Amino acid sequence: MSIDVSGVNKRYGDFVALQDINLTLPTGQLTALLGPSGGGKTTLLRIIAGLETADSGSVVIEGVEATRLPVQKRNVGFVFQHYAAFKHLSVARNVAFGLEIRKKPKAEIRAKVDELLQLVHLDAFADRLPSQLSGGQRQRMALARALAIEPSVLLLDEPFGALDAKVRKELRDWLRRLHDEVHVTTVFVTHDQEEALEVADEIVVVNEGRVEQVGSPDQLYDEPANDFVMGFLGEVTTLGGVRLRPHDVEVATVPGSGSLPGTVTRALRVGFEVRVTVDVAGQDALATVVMTRTHARALRLEPGAAVWLTPADGATAVAGSRPARPAEEAVAG
Amino acid sequence: MTVALEGRPARSRPSLVNHDLTTASGIGLGVSMLWFSLLVLIPLTAVMVTASSGGWGEFWRSITNEQTAAAIRLTVTAAAAVTLANIVTGTAIAWVLVRDRFPGKGLLELVIDIPFALPTIVAGLVLVSLYGNDSPLGLHLANTEWSIYLAFLFVTLPFVVRMVQPVLEELDLEVEEAAASLGASRATIFRRVVLPSLAPAIAAGAALSFARAVGEYGSLVLLSGNLPFESEVTSVRILSAIENDNRAAATSIAAVLLVISLLVIVALDVLQRRVARRG
Repeated sequence: MSIDVSGVNKRYGDFVALQDINLTLPTGQLTALLGPSGGGKTTLLRIIAGLETADSGSVVIEGVEATRLPVQKRNVGFVFQHYAAFKHLSVARNVAFGLEIRKKPKAEIRAKVDELLQLVHLDAFADRLPSQLSGGQRQRMALARALAIEPSVLLLDEPFGALDAKVRKELRDWLRRLHDEVHVTTVFVTHDQEEALEVADEIVVVNEGRVEQVGSPDQLYDEPANDFVMGFLGEVTTLGGVRLRPHDVEVATVPGSGSLPGTVTRALRVGFEVRVTVDVAGQDALATVVMTRTHARALRLEPGAAVWLTPADGATAVAGSRPARPAEEAVAG
Repeated sequence: MTVALEGRPARSRPSLVNHDLTTASGIGLGVSMLWFSLLVLIPLTAVMVTASSGGWGEFWRSITNEQTAAAIRLTVTAAAAVTLANIVTGTAIAWVLVRDRFPGKGLLELVIDIPFALPTIVAGLVLVSLYGNDSPLGLHLANTEWSIYLAFLFVTLPFVVRMVQPVLEELDLEVEEAAASLGASRATIFRRVVLPSLAPAIAAGAALSFARAVGEYGSLVLLSGNLPFESEVTSVRILSAIENDNRAAATSIAAVLLVISLLVIVALDVLQRRVARRG
């Protein structure tokens, strides 16, 4: 096991950042720490790195007890959201930094830096300063810099958070491919569920300082352990006391067995899909249904139309167990 | 060196600079130049012209006069030593003010500026009463060259602190954490990551501190006793030259100080650029 976190607690004054965290991450895996901001995922990552110390509990990296080790001795690669580039050094010297600290021979450093710059597609920019690179290029430089020391684990804190949507998507794919090439145990923090579902082998959902669920993207999406995980991984709506995905609701224009009658209040088209809001009889919360444009047109779903709703076969659903959660949230997703 | 060559063109790409001034920026530039000329360029030129009016021989005689040479030597040595001291202590004080939390921090923040705010002659009085002949501390520095060092230290203290402090506040802590995660010790992080960022501010503070020391008069004149060959500085020497109606000698000394200050500023800038690029 590459990273072993057990019984970790962390408080900032009265605020409990982490509460009894137990986590085991196998070697070579790409793991996402997913959760809302302020939920403790960055604190957990920083404790694994040694940039923060836990109040209690232990961290073991590659079988080495690391709880008391300073960050310098942990041999972890850390990538920050805002790149943390050494502004006065060229791209090549940024990447070489960790190797120069380790007093490697000059020729070896040069070869390693060349190899890494090629890996992150920055070989043409070796002599530039970080300020002359785009955000995506800077983050790739930061990644090469972290990989240069051949870390036992690579930790990334919201690595794509400061980038625009398109670059973000590119880098995400690229990180996945890079990981398949390099195979270093990697943990990245994100609040973007799409990013986690797309890139990670395993997702750890962290909320309010606790681990809510650990599992593969499929497991989490199909078998959420609770209402929170279900709600965080995708849109949720309520139908007949059950919470389920809006695309898992079937709509008919005639009554059927077990279907709930309702009236369409709104049909909003967003690109290829249509989001239909339905006022279900005998239910306070409005239900949301998502379907393709073609499907919606075939059913003639306009405000005022009478519809009958049923959960689709095999739909992921959890009982609407948290009455405190307001209905609006279900509608807004 | 490749870094420097790569770095330059991006900063001053001539094709992008607009040479057609708008009315507003034309007036702005005109006012700046006029102001600068009236207050700086013309007086400086006048000093140089007056200094050279008696010819090279006269100039050389003035500044190699034994007493004058001793005063120049003392002033420049003390100013250089004090500037070096300020580079170290000023950076340390700025570091403590920005990075540490302790009771009385707000007060220290305020006290730092006292040498700025105090009229220098008041500072001189304070120094005399503390280190003069009836010193309550038992330190008798009056009429010695150490009084010069002391006065210089007092009046130049805030320069480096106040230049470095805002830069240090803007530094990204994550950059230091990144260096630490790459294995750099605290000393290495300071030397290779923090110092290059602070170097321009330290150099600017050092230049101000040196220039201020070289021209200092008020704070030292009471304590130093102005003894020739012992505790006489150039500003005092210039004043006595003027009093003896020897304006050529006065401007010659002034010209020497001017050249030395310029050299120091250039040297500090070169050094700063080297440190900022090294890492």
